[in-house]
Amino acid sequence: MSTTVSRNDAGGPAPGGAGRRRPSVRTVLVWSAVAVVGAVAWTVLALARGETVSALWILFAALSSYAIAYRFYARFIARRVLQVDDRRATPAERLHNGIDFDVTDRRVLFGHHFAAIAGAGPLVGPVLAAQMGYLPGTIWIIVGVIFAGAVQDMTVLFFSMRRNGKSLGQMVREEIGIVGGIAALIAVFAIMIIILAVLALIVVNALAESPWGVFSIALTIPIALFMGVYLRTLRPGRVLEATAIGVVLLLAAVIGGGLIDDTGLGEALTLSKETLVIALVVYGFVASVLPVWLLLTPRDYLSTFMKVGVIVLLAIGLLLARPVLQADAVSEFAREGTGPVFAGSLFPFVFITIACGALSGFHALISSGTTPKMVAKESQVRLIGYGGMLMESFVAISALIAAVVIDQGLYFAMNAPAGVTGGTAESAAAYVNGLGFDTTAQDLAAASAAIQEPSLVSRTGGAPTLAVGIAQILSDAFGSGMAAFWYHFAIMFEALFILTAVDAGTRVGRFMLQDTIGNVWKRFGDLAWRPGNIMASAAVVALWGYILYVGVTDPLGGVNQLFPLFGIANQLLAAIALTLVTVLLIKHGKAKYAWVTGIPLAWDLIVTMTASWQKVFSADPRVGYFAQRQRYADAQAAGELLAPAQDADQMGRIIYNSTLNGVLQAVFALLVLVVVVNAVVVIARALRARGPVPTTEEPAVPSSIVEPSGLFATAEEKRALAEQERLVGAGTRGHGTFTEEGPSR
Amino acid sequence: MTEGNATAVRSAVTRALRGVHWYLKELTGEARWDDYLRHCAEHGHEPMGRREFERRRADERERNPVSRCC
Repeated sequence: MSTTVSRNDAGGPAPGGAGRRRPSVRTVLVWSAVAVVGAVAWTVLALARGETVSALWILFAALSSYAIAYRFYARFIARRVLQVDDRRATPAERLHNGIDFDVTDRRVLFGHHFAAIAGAGPLVGPVLAAQMGYLPGTIWIIVGVIFAGAVQDMTVLFFSMRRNGKSLGQMVREEIGIVGGIAALIAVFAIMIIILAVLALIVVNALAESPWGVFSIALTIPIALFMGVYLRTLRPGRVLEATAIGVVLLLAAVIGGGLIDDTGLGEALTLSKETLVIALVVYGFVASVLPVWLLLTPRDYLSTFMKVGVIVLLAIGLLLARPVLQADAVSEFAREGTGPVFAGSLFPFVFITIACGALSGFHALISSGTTPKMVAKESQVRLIGYGGMLMESFVAISALIAAVVIDQGLYFAMNAPAGVTGGTAESAAAYVNGLGFDTTAQDLAAASAAIQEPSLVSRTGGAPTLAVGIAQILSDAFGSGMAAFWYHFAIMFEALFILTAVDAGTRVGRFMLQDTIGNVWKRFGDLAWRPGNIMASAAVVALWGYILYVGVTDPLGGVNQLFPLFGIANQLLAAIALTLVTVLLIKHGKAKYAWVTGIPLAWDLIVTMTASWQKVFSADPRVGYFAQRQRYADAQAAGELLAPAQDADQMGRIIYNSTLNGVLQAVFALLVLVVVVNAVVVIARALRARGPVPTTEEPAVPSSIVEPSGLFATAEEKRALAEQERLVGAGTRGHGTFTEEGPSR
Repeated sequence: MTEGNATAVRSAVTRALRGVHWYLKELTGEARWDDYLRHCAEHGHEPMGRREFERRRADERERNPVSRCC
């Protein structure tokens, strides 16, 4: 995010826009300049056809739009819509216990929150959506984050903070109703399982038949174990030291992977997808029952550092390499909906393929629960909620750029399922030529040789494509000859934090299961009861492992079949979150501002319900799961084989998978509709009451701490901080949660 | 570059590095130990050992899982 963003405003100590001043000439000039840069970048992107366009225009369009949105729209939401009030103590201050309720420096909390929300999603979705050209994805990522995703994250964070950090499910139950609450609880759990399965599927696809990748990923486990033991016994608490050692070992593992290819070890690590599924399931189970200090915590440090490091590296690389866009602005697949990566037309499928980065319902689970218990000042929800999501959107934009600057023949050869490419360089080249892109079997072979992979054909899932893009950008930026290293570095970094997400998700799923079943079987809810832990972990792993297996063995391509389900599920969760915040705005008597969350909610419902409808009822067998089922069932009845199935067994599998996916799809949509219908009843009741109705908001308690609200303290805030220091005396503030050696506030 | 400038640059760089170090320590939770020591000093408690302290923090993390998004 731009550093100029928050320098000129503070969110204001008092609600209702107090402290409104005439903007200085400098402020007006700076923001006019930002607006002009944004307008020029958007114009270039919109009008350029058939010319060479630099990818940097996408970057400029994004950054200037984010800056303006943060400065004006997010401030409007904070002051007018939510009416944040810094005189009111946050739960972190009121309930401070140094454990989960802990007043945390806003910049540190921003880092925590960002690390929690940003994972592989924003890296993968945009890569897949690139089949429609660069423009639809760019527009949706930027417009979506500004008006939907960041708004959702910020408002959920705010309302959860006003309720002592209650979870999304709890708030739906208490503020909407018991029916909606139960539906939301089931939806959250089911959606989490799908998300874990699809994330694991991406790892499997990236590592299959890639000994280098398997080697470096496998080594992350002993490296993390070593760090865990180091932090537990050798040098307790020296996290930076341990992480530095870990990062060095990790890089060594990536380099070392390049040396094993032609050895016996290389052969032993050439694993099939089915083997990798078993390995991941076993790993997921073990990781979930092991103590966190041994594996999860150290791995989380590594993955956070890698995440930030790679994003910074990629941003620098883009500026140095200044790549040119290879994809069309809008491809013919956007118009016809016949693309091989995922089926369906631009509307609604671009908007669900790109979920994370534009609008991700999963964030609502983090914005309620963990983060709100640590916010120091109410006005900081703007920096943490809105700003954190803008940052994730920037990651998505970078991933999109990486996918649209690589050769488009290679892009389609990599992302079309093996059922259509035939799996060899020759057949894939022929297939891609048929789509209208230039490439030859030699080109494809050369591309895979350059990064030392056996083959790049049908390496679906987005991660390998992104890694190829990153390798190309970083090679151009920092000198050639390192492409293979960069590729495997990128694969390692993606797999690393997908595995961290899988570990953490399995554990959270396990807690949810134990908590829910604990209502009827008390013993099971006891988190310290070992057999309960093991049973719940096994159940969660079995659920995602099963769907992962279904995806991996799907003759139609697991990503092609499951990714839409993942995207829709994530955005259905967003629909639940946006429904909740819209209900809350109305209950708090702010119906005139309900459009702020109501419009993204309406859009999200239109998109997800259209997509769900098409996935369930479309007569086109490429889009509709049940039409697909019917087509293969008819063929089976007639004793025929339909491509890509090669035998009767595969025919049966396609029929079974299509049914399963279709049923899951329908159930998700119905659960969300239950929440929405329940919400409409509550809204109608609240509107009839004409004015605020009771909610579970905690009563206001005056705050005694002084903290800046934006990234940088304003002159006014610095004076207030100095005043506070003088009154209280240095060092006696709070419980030592603030470190005064910190950089100037 | 004048001497004054060089000193100014050096102190700016030092400040920036110190800031990064502070940030990383806070982000990873390493700084919790320093906070704890300061807290004990202010209230006149006898602090527990670091090993014990970190163990308790790990136990807390065991009970409060942090979700990671996709």
